[in-house]
Amino acid sequence: MIAQKYAAEIETILAKYPSDQKRSAVMPLLYLAQSKEGFVTKQDMAEIGDILGITATDVASIVGFYTLYYDKPGGKFRIQVCNDLPCALRGADEFLDKLCENLGIEIGQTTQDGSVTVEAVMCLAACDKAPMFQVQSRQGLTYYENQTVDSALEIVEDLRNQELTS
Amino acid sequence: MGKLISLEIDGNRVQVPEGTLVVDAAKRAGVNIPVFCYHPKMEPVGMCRMCLVEIGRPQINRETGEFNRNEDGSIAIQFGPKLETACTIPVSEGMVVQGFTNEVARARKDIIEFLLTSHPLDCPICDKGGECPLQNLTMDYGPGKSRFLYDEKKHLGKHVPLGELIYLDQERCIQCGRCVRFQDEVVDDAVIGFEQRGRSLQIVSYSEPGFDSYFSGNTTDICPVGALTTSDFRFGARPWEMKSAASICTHCPVGCNLTLNVRRDHKSGGGFVVKRVLPRQNEWVNEIWICDKGRFAHHYASSDDRLTQPMIRVDGEMKPATWDEALDLVAEKFKEAGSDLQTLVSGRISNEDLFNIGSITRSLGGKTALYSEMAGGDLVSMAGVGQGTNISMLGAGTTILVVASDLEEEAPINWLRVKQAVERGARLILANPRPTKLERYATHVLRYPYGSEAEFVLAMINSLSAKPLDISGSVFDTARVKNLKEAARDFAQADNAIILFGSEGTSLESGQRLAQACTNLLIITDHIGKVNSGLIGVWDRANTQGGWDMGFRPVEDLDSTLRNRQALYIVAADPAGDEPALVETLESTEFLVVQELFLTETAKLADVVLPAQAFIEREGTLTNGERRVQRFYAAVPKVGQTLPDFAIAAQIGSKLAIDLEGKSAARVMKQIA
Amino acid sequence: MTELILLRHRDIPDLDQLEVYRKHGGFEPFRRAVTGMNPAEVTEIVKESGLRGRGGAGFPTGLKWSFIDPDNWPHYVVANADESEPGTFKDREIMEGNPYQFLEGVAIAAYAIQAREAYIYLRGEFWEIAAEMDQQISNLEEAGLLGDNLFDTDYSLRIYTHLGAGAYICGEETALLESMEGKLGQPRLRPPFPPSYGLYGKPTVVNNVETLTNVPLIIERGADWYRSIGTERSTGPKIFSLSGRVNKPGNYELPLGTTFRELVFEHGGGITDGRQVKAIMAAGASSSLIIANDEALDTPMDYESVPNVGASLGSASIIVIDDSVSIDWVLYKTLHFFSHESCGKCTPCREGTFWMRHIIDRIHEGETSWSDVELLNEVALQIKGKCLCALGEFAIEAVTSGIERFDSDFRARVADTRSEEPTLSS
Ligand SMILES: Cc1cc2nc3c(=O)[nH]c(=O)nc-3n(C[C@H](O)[C@H](O)[C@H](O)COP(=O)(O)O)c2cc1C
Ligand code: SF4
Ligand code: FES
Repeated sequence: MIAQKYAAEIETILAKYPSDQKRSAVMPLLYLAQSKEGFVTKQDMAEIGDILGITATDVASIVGFYTLYYDKPGGKFRIQVCNDLPCALRGADEFLDKLCENLGIEIGQTTQDGSVTVEAVMCLAACDKAPMFQVQSRQGLTYYENQTVDSALEIVEDLRNQELTS
Repeated sequence: MGKLISLEIDGNRVQVPEGTLVVDAAKRAGVNIPVFCYHPKMEPVGMCRMCLVEIGRPQINRETGEFNRNEDGSIAIQFGPKLETACTIPVSEGMVVQGFTNEVARARKDIIEFLLTSHPLDCPICDKGGECPLQNLTMDYGPGKSRFLYDEKKHLGKHVPLGELIYLDQERCIQCGRCVRFQDEVVDDAVIGFEQRGRSLQIVSYSEPGFDSYFSGNTTDICPVGALTTSDFRFGARPWEMKSAASICTHCPVGCNLTLNVRRDHKSGGGFVVKRVLPRQNEWVNEIWICDKGRFAHHYASSDDRLTQPMIRVDGEMKPATWDEALDLVAEKFKEAGSDLQTLVSGRISNEDLFNIGSITRSLGGKTALYSEMAGGDLVSMAGVGQGTNISMLGAGTTILVVASDLEEEAPINWLRVKQAVERGARLILANPRPTKLERYATHVLRYPYGSEAEFVLAMINSLSAKPLDISGSVFDTARVKNLKEAARDFAQADNAIILFGSEGTSLESGQRLAQACTNLLIITDHIGKVNSGLIGVWDRANTQGGWDMGFRPVEDLDSTLRNRQALYIVAADPAGDEPALVETLESTEFLVVQELFLTETAKLADVVLPAQAFIEREGTLTNGERRVQRFYAAVPKVGQTLPDFAIAAQIGSKLAIDLEGKSAARVMKQIA
Repeated sequence: MTELILLRHRDIPDLDQLEVYRKHGGFEPFRRAVTGMNPAEVTEIVKESGLRGRGGAGFPTGLKWSFIDPDNWPHYVVANADESEPGTFKDREIMEGNPYQFLEGVAIAAYAIQAREAYIYLRGEFWEIAAEMDQQISNLEEAGLLGDNLFDTDYSLRIYTHLGAGAYICGEETALLESMEGKLGQPRLRPPFPPSYGLYGKPTVVNNVETLTNVPLIIERGADWYRSIGTERSTGPKIFSLSGRVNKPGNYELPLGTTFRELVFEHGGGITDGRQVKAIMAAGASSSLIIANDEALDTPMDYESVPNVGASLGSASIIVIDDSVSIDWVLYKTLHFFSHESCGKCTPCREGTFWMRHIIDRIHEGETSWSDVELLNEVALQIKGKCLCALGEFAIEAVTSGIERFDSDFRARVADTRSEEPTLSS
């Protein structure tokens, strides 16, 4: 029920684009939908389609094409470590492995408590500050750079507590 | 046709209209450039890269503005550094295309090998095997063997239902996007799309209820591999096992041209059955498309419930009889009834059938009636579109008025053709009591209250007259005046003007007035008796127009028409089934003859039931909404003792000394003409 | 070069505050342009300055602006802030540290082509930057520097941000436009190019963030001043994103034409762990591997010179690889990147990157023989020149150059291999 829940936001988003080009709003609307539960439901896709006058399938293919949209639930926080070439040249792979080891999961898996999923991602434009990762959550995205495994584990702790208190 | 461009393709000089794509120009030059993603009916996308060729162009000298020349005086041709896609590049003057150099050959081999890296190579069990572009082009241009490790192939869904009717084999799909583009571009119903990206790109449908579209079947025709198949044909037969017959769709007044593929089937005890229905190209009628009704609804004809022999009611009981017994009885009763013989036929049967049935009825002084609730066939015969009309050529300069019809529902391919005419620049006036999908394309959308369609058209006429009288009232209030004026002007000023009128919310009486008003509009705007202008009926059945042309007319009050008749002859109509109240009426008749495919509610009440042949078993002609008379041929042998309707009528006739052709529909046609 | 032009925020504290930016002359050039110059003049100055696109292609910016179709309206400016090339992180620093100079560049470009709407397409990961930028844009509107009837003229301009969602291909200008239109981020056929058929089919200028950030000072100080920086044909300053095995990775704003040696050893502080530099990638993952010999190190980094060592400058994302690294691993990384980022629209890239990834995986495991290295090279050449956009071509740069120039690394990899010729399926 995004239409009601976010009526105001939707209006501002639509205002960005020419009135006959509503379809342009599909990406911002998907972020909006994803801010509810951390992934986009089939229901949301259909609804967004209705708002923009395109089919649910049109919306779904957008979700499928871009990596920052999800159609399935994952951890509350997605820790996305860049292990692309430049970061890897600065130890990102070792960092990623150790981090997973400490969290007792494999790359791509979610911790028991469902709080964090660790993923390996492509270059995040922070190559000089590797090892680094971004955290994607319902609230959005935040960068954490020049990391060590310990500093990263602290961040994970903070996130978990945040989650409890919020 | 703009100006002509001349170019050279593999040594052949050709002249083609400006804007022609290299790939199509090549066809004209007899050079076949292989393609996968390109389809002449859709915008080029240059995705598959199969059509790469070498293209050279003359260089213009900046100073002189002349072509640069070689020593020998010939025009110097400059070839680009890369191969170019013939499917995306329009021809240009002096262009030189080379489709068979070593480099081009290597490119084709490379692309095919790429496509095969993900392909299961399961041709032996593939429905497309034998008519598969990928298979054929692999034979022609492909590598001997793939260097891709077999065990690294992606393993994907082999039988993924995209909807009720269409299945996807994900392994066979080569991501050419034809199906997706067809649904989006051609029929504007994007219920299938691409998901993921790169090698994971997949066709999906997230729509509810899945890939369910008026035209979905066409995607299986244009899929260049065996990835998309129809639920009724997949694994049904191999293309080379099938014979084909030319036919015409009997489901709506468009009259799409069909090819029926038939094969002996063990299921039907080795008898011939229709395995699939394909569109037969006819740019004047359906181009290369048909709707799903036409493709899938033929199965009724092969049903086991078909009537196979005549039956006579003996003390309340239906008993099998010979043709002679049945026909003698019928003839005798018809004779007795004489002028009290009432015939009721529908537009489901062919012109030949209608002619013979009409003839015996009239020569006995009986009355005929057309089982239809739509009027105006007489006016269409008068104001119909001129011979040679071709909607697929119409665009700018044409105005089309669609009134009282939901075209997509009632005549799907006409919906498609009107949409495309609009995309080519035609103007569309859409007048309907409720919204329909075609509105997306309308220049003027006009709504009128149910029942006032005729007044609405009259209002258009009135708005055109020098001193329009002020007919205030429902129509003017609803169809906003200004809008209506402009619409009327667009119609009047168009070079070509076509009206498609239907029967949404009309009675016979109001429908007659609508048809009359439409005719008047055409007359006063001088759009009558011309090619590409005139009146088209969106009829309830495929050959209702033929019924009108053969002198049949619908009746206001069916009940009184059928009540207390001494003899009633009902062909291809089921009033009792459609209107239970009529059961009692039919029982009131002395003697009821029903000529049918099935034991319908009406047939159950009959004194004599005569088993007729379905369109797939016989020949004949149908007259479509544009009054184009089209011929269909038998595809499979007759069922049981069934006979074509015209032959049955002819035999009744012969027993009454009425001389009618019963041998072949062609001969009947001669009599008609 | 002492004065920083693009990374001025490093010298001027709080330059990301509008008042500070204005105190240093900010938005004067824009005001001057709108009130005192006609659009063609603005384009002319940018042409004269010799500014070339910093997004990779190096296309002359003023020339691009002059291609805008004058008979088809409206016009749009779209800033390309998708910055996704591995090893590139310059646009991000500009937008974080010196956002107003970039926004002023967008505004001037918009005026030059008389666009009344401009969009900034940021990669989805720049979520926080986008939030900041929305704020900065509304600050500009409050300050009367964006909005209707600017400076009491009849020129009006609005700027909007648009977030991508994780797709390298959306950096390609036509894929970016498709993405902005709410479609799959797959490239369009070119021609037509954006200046004639761009956003919503309207004439559009697509420029990189760094490119646009040059513009305000070009207008303020003139073309001659700008030409005085850099080389004859590669004018102006360039931000070099230095990454990989160097002691001081980061962005370095230097004149075009600075040598690799100066960047890596003077500014970058040399190679980590005192090892030897082995190879250099000049344009991120999209570049060929340059053998880091003296000739290469002394090559000036400008659009004309880098090709001399068999590479191109592209976005000037300098990835340094030392002798502890085996090149087959570099290919392993780049091929995983490209097969992940291929949009899938055209056959050679979709199938070819997928296939190359399988082969490099085998090579990387050492589970194979030399014939696989040859196959990898053949598949790369099989992709070459056949793709719909440049991504597919980028994907093979490192492969072909790597195998040719560092074949010993591959021989070592497959030397003591157990398995024989891989069994071929037919
Ligand atoms: C695969 C691919 C990725 C690209 N990524 C970017 C990018 O991230 N940022 C960018 O500014 N240009 C990128 N480009 C270049 C753009 O297509 C375009 O040339 C550029 O934005 C034009 O701006 P400029 O003239 O200011 O450089 C990319 C091109 C390709 C083929
Ligand atoms: S080269 Fe790759 S990225 Fe470019 S169009 Fe082809 S598949 Fe898409
Ligand atoms: S047919 Fe030309 S690219 Fe597919």
